[in-house]
Amino acid sequence: MKIKKFLLALLLGSSAFLMAGSLGAQELPVEEVADAVEAVADAIPFEDAYAAFMETPGAAFFTISNLWLLISAALVFIMHLGFATVESGLGQAKNTVNILFKNVFIICMGILTYALWGFNAMYPGDAWSIGGFFAMGSWFDVTASVDLMTSAYADYTWYTDFIFQAMFAATAATIVSGAVAERVKLSSFMIFATLLVTFAYPITGSWQWGGGWLAEKGFYDFAGSSLVHAFGGFAALACVIILGPRAGKYIDGRIKPILGHSMPLATIGVFLLFLGWFGFNGGSVLNADPFLVSLVFVTTALAAAAGGLGAMFTSWIFLKKPDLSMSLNGILAGLVGITAGADSIMPFWAILTGLIAGIIVVFSIIFFDKIKIDDPVGAISVHGICGIFGTLAVALFSGAATFGVQLIGTLSIGAFAFIFSLVVFGLIKVVMGVRVSAEEESEGLDVGEHGQEAYPDFGASSR
Amino acid sequence: MKLVKAIIKPFKLEEVKEALADIGIEGMTVTEVKGFGRQKGHTEIYRGSEYTVDFLPKVMIEIVVDDADAEKTTDAIVKAAKTGKIGDGKVFVLPVETAIRIRTDESGAEAL
Repeated sequence: MKIKKFLLALLLGSSAFLMAGSLGAQELPVEEVADAVEAVADAIPFEDAYAAFMETPGAAFFTISNLWLLISAALVFIMHLGFATVESGLGQAKNTVNILFKNVFIICMGILTYALWGFNAMYPGDAWSIGGFFAMGSWFDVTASVDLMTSAYADYTWYTDFIFQAMFAATAATIVSGAVAERVKLSSFMIFATLLVTFAYPITGSWQWGGGWLAEKGFYDFAGSSLVHAFGGFAALACVIILGPRAGKYIDGRIKPILGHSMPLATIGVFLLFLGWFGFNGGSVLNADPFLVSLVFVTTALAAAAGGLGAMFTSWIFLKKPDLSMSLNGILAGLVGITAGADSIMPFWAILTGLIAGIIVVFSIIFFDKIKIDDPVGAISVHGICGIFGTLAVALFSGAATFGVQLIGTLSIGAFAFIFSLVVFGLIKVVMGVRVSAEEESEGLDVGEHGQEAYPDFGASSR
Repeated sequence: MKLVKAIIKPFKLEEVKEALADIGIEGMTVTEVKGFGRQKGHTEIYRGSEYTVDFLPKVMIEIVVDDADAEKTTDAIVKAAKTGKIGDGKVFVLPVETAIRIRTDESGAEAL
């Protein structure tokens, strides 16, 4: 017991130490700086230089782009509400508080850890620790300067960059929360999710969006089919393998369905995710370019629609009835599928991408159930499997990258997430356990972990 | 006094309530229940896996009436709740020892 407590303290302590060290250092990544603005910046205080910039013709596009990115950040934020509702809808009533709590924790933890470490670890500029593979994180805030708050930096400010990317980071952890729902121990999950979002996500993110080795190879992941979705999906797979299925799910070689308690909540969740995706993909254009943003809106919506119909009819034909929850997963599969190529795959091929993803996801969900990988919400299939497919679709349906480089990229990102999670979640299992007791699982995690019920009156609860 | 306990199909509730009102019976307690008798369940499918639902949703009505009213109460319920198809339900009559109206402390037949 003492050894276990020591190991846990070591794990937490070293993480805290790394992050505390980063608070002292203020590292500013070196970005491209327009020569004219640089000359101005050296001579004049920020407020004046900034005001001067805002008088220039370029400020109009900058302002609109920056605004669009901020709106997109808010839309991606809404996806967390979507995740919270879809997960609680597909879970049992007795675990609802626990599922909601995990989602509330993730958004709060995600934004803060990204500020403390992740943002600079993911976008190191020149400050790599291991070139192209790993960079140390640090506190994100900077002294305002025209280098960072005008078009000298990008079509948006440093702060906009941070908040937009911070919303993405948290979604990676929330993918895992659905797959491990209804039996994972709360404290173990909170520790794992913190480590995943703080350290693992910025590493793979830096490989591509931070200008690392995948970017140099020509890998193409517009908004994160691999960097967010496959990453989350394969982290989820590793955790589910270590965690085990819910009690009573697989008995005598048969699959016993554990019904979600609220299809309305699940549907609301998916529609919110769909809404948020307009920001997830639309904002990834990284400016308000009318052609590109409108194209991305169209490909995103077409793929989602095709994914929904693909799953609908696949479940109708192969599973006898049109299944609502499969159709909802199909919409998400289409969205995940188009995420890598929303700006490079043309509308006709976007429909095909979504359609194939919607068909794949149904068979994937059934497959994982057959091999006793219990995933209450289908996160591994929607995000992991369709994330890989979406990445490959860029090569299949557009000319933006070769099949080989897409395969290397998506497999290495998925493998990293998988191995990281296997090791970290496995370590947590050894040190403190990752599962609630059998009794708590049958009574419901709401009462066991939180001492609260989601539905205390006569109503949806059943034990 | 008798307790008339009827288990009926849920969509028949309004009809039964009106039939009882027509014969002057206006108080009742209704519970949502699940159950089965000879009516078999049915198969449902969730995310690719089939399962049988044996317990079917029903509604249980409980009314306490004077001994003299018991027969017309059960007749009204049976007539209104019948569809002729399996799963229509059952009616039971049980004896009641005491009845008290909480607001006024009346007991016995006056409490009904």
